[in-house]
Amino acid sequence: MTDATLSPAAVPHDGTDAEARPIFREDRKVLGISTEAWPGILAPLGIGVFALAAWEFIVWWREIPHFILPGPWLIAKTLVTDWTTLSASLWVTLRITAAALIAAVSLGVGLAVLFTQSKWLEKSLFPYAVILQVTPVVSIAPLIIIWVGDINLSLLICAWIVAFFPILSNTILGLNSADHNLRNLFELYGASRWQTLRYLRLPAALPYFLGGLKISGGLALIGAVVAEFVAGSGGSASGLAYRILEAGYQLKIPRMFAALIMISMSGIAIFLTISWISHLLLRRWHESALKREN
Amino acid sequence: MNLAEADGPVAKGAKTLVAVRHVSKQFANGTIAVRDVNLDLARGEFVSLLGPSGCGKSTLLRMIAGLGDPSVGTIDWATMNHDAWGRPARELGFVFQDPTLMPWATALDNVILPLKLSGTNKGEAQARGAEMLALVGLKGFETSYPRELSGGMKMRVSIARALVTHPKILLMDEPFAALDEITRHKLNDDLLRLWEANQFTAVFVTHSVFESVYLSQRIVVMAARPGRVMADLRVEAPYPRDDLFRTSADYAHWCRIASEKLKEAISA
Repeated sequence: MTDATLSPAAVPHDGTDAEARPIFREDRKVLGISTEAWPGILAPLGIGVFALAAWEFIVWWREIPHFILPGPWLIAKTLVTDWTTLSASLWVTLRITAAALIAAVSLGVGLAVLFTQSKWLEKSLFPYAVILQVTPVVSIAPLIIIWVGDINLSLLICAWIVAFFPILSNTILGLNSADHNLRNLFELYGASRWQTLRYLRLPAALPYFLGGLKISGGLALIGAVVAEFVAGSGGSASGLAYRILEAGYQLKIPRMFAALIMISMSGIAIFLTISWISHLLLRRWHESALKREN
Repeated sequence: MNLAEADGPVAKGAKTLVAVRHVSKQFANGTIAVRDVNLDLARGEFVSLLGPSGCGKSTLLRMIAGLGDPSVGTIDWATMNHDAWGRPARELGFVFQDPTLMPWATALDNVILPLKLSGTNKGEAQARGAEMLALVGLKGFETSYPRELSGGMKMRVSIARALVTHPKILLMDEPFAALDEITRHKLNDDLLRLWEANQFTAVFVTHSVFESVYLSQRIVVMAARPGRVMADLRVEAPYPRDDLFRTSADYAHWCRIASEKLKEAISA
């Protein structure tokens, strides 16, 4: 327990609610992680280790050839030996993913703000955002590649199309969900549109925006990979999807798995990073990030 | 229905701050929330609007605040400053039934919101906010977030926010209805203390006879469907009022009168 919150001097014994100051418990930690969190980490980890062991065993026991199903150990070795090529490709894919996500965030939030300022703008443009969302990116990627010409820009646009909508629709929902009485309060004090946006609507939209961002982070990666598959470009600036295609043609199945694992790991890393940012931003006030004792 | 004027409960010489004249309000769905209300709010007085739910007391309060215009009639302010849109600007405080705090902001940031919106510089705003928090008994809670505070404490923050601009009038819409009785009594006492110290006009919407008698100099009893003024009482009991007053014959007497008027209003 921390002294600062419990010292008698800090509590005014004046019979007001001030005496009800909350007392914070200190968590016990092992390796920097709270003891309460460990079971949640160990349980899925155990399942993972067990599944990998079973996989390795079946491959060895049934003598399954490498070009049909490589064991996890071989995949791990391939990951190390092919690291130079694969990491270069990973970097290409991640760059496109990051650029697409940044574009999705700026355009999504920007448009959401514009839409909430003008109902007509929203009514006119929102249907097209929906059309963009429901059109499968695989089907329009070839067109985009032909029209745009530059392959990196095409990939970026494809990934952006996929990642953009969750941010737009969630942010619109968030901007419109500010408490009704708080809006009245802002009106009472003669707040300008800008003040209402800055101090009320944007903070109220933050949890919704972050929810959209969590979805869009994974979608941007998927969009980038799918577009790479369609583009199938070779050369120096080739992403992980191209490595997978290439390995498939050459029957280098362990390498294919290695690339696949890198994509999955990147997706997980993106998700965890965004979840962590979200937790940092919301932990003091939002219901979703609060620890409850009951 | 000119009962308020006919009875003349506003003491002669007391200067009128807000004059409500023949005000009616009809909602878009056809409901008549308020019909032909006349009411003078004098400077510095403590008035309760007492009535059953649906009697339009909240609607009337919101119209006085400038949240929604009357369908018919006028609400005139004596010397209230107006902003560019002709609305009373920053000289009123409003306390909602819920604390209505921004969950993402600390208690201090919530309190200084009105100052921030009017462009007061940050240092001065924070100093005034901290002073106001101390006045409502929340010294040391400046950096607490609303979710870390109890219901009563949140309401205190809400009152501090309403008073931080030193308004001429404080409008309260059943502010303590959701609180337990012990907390409510405490807040009633603190509210009277703040009112006596700052001399603002207080308009307090409630459906509790006891609360209205304990707090007010004047009780405006309203009837429902359509909302209208039924009686305008003066509570002739001295301040400061405290626990002694709660057990006095005076208090019982005024509670009985207010209850009778309320009963008439309900059956009207």
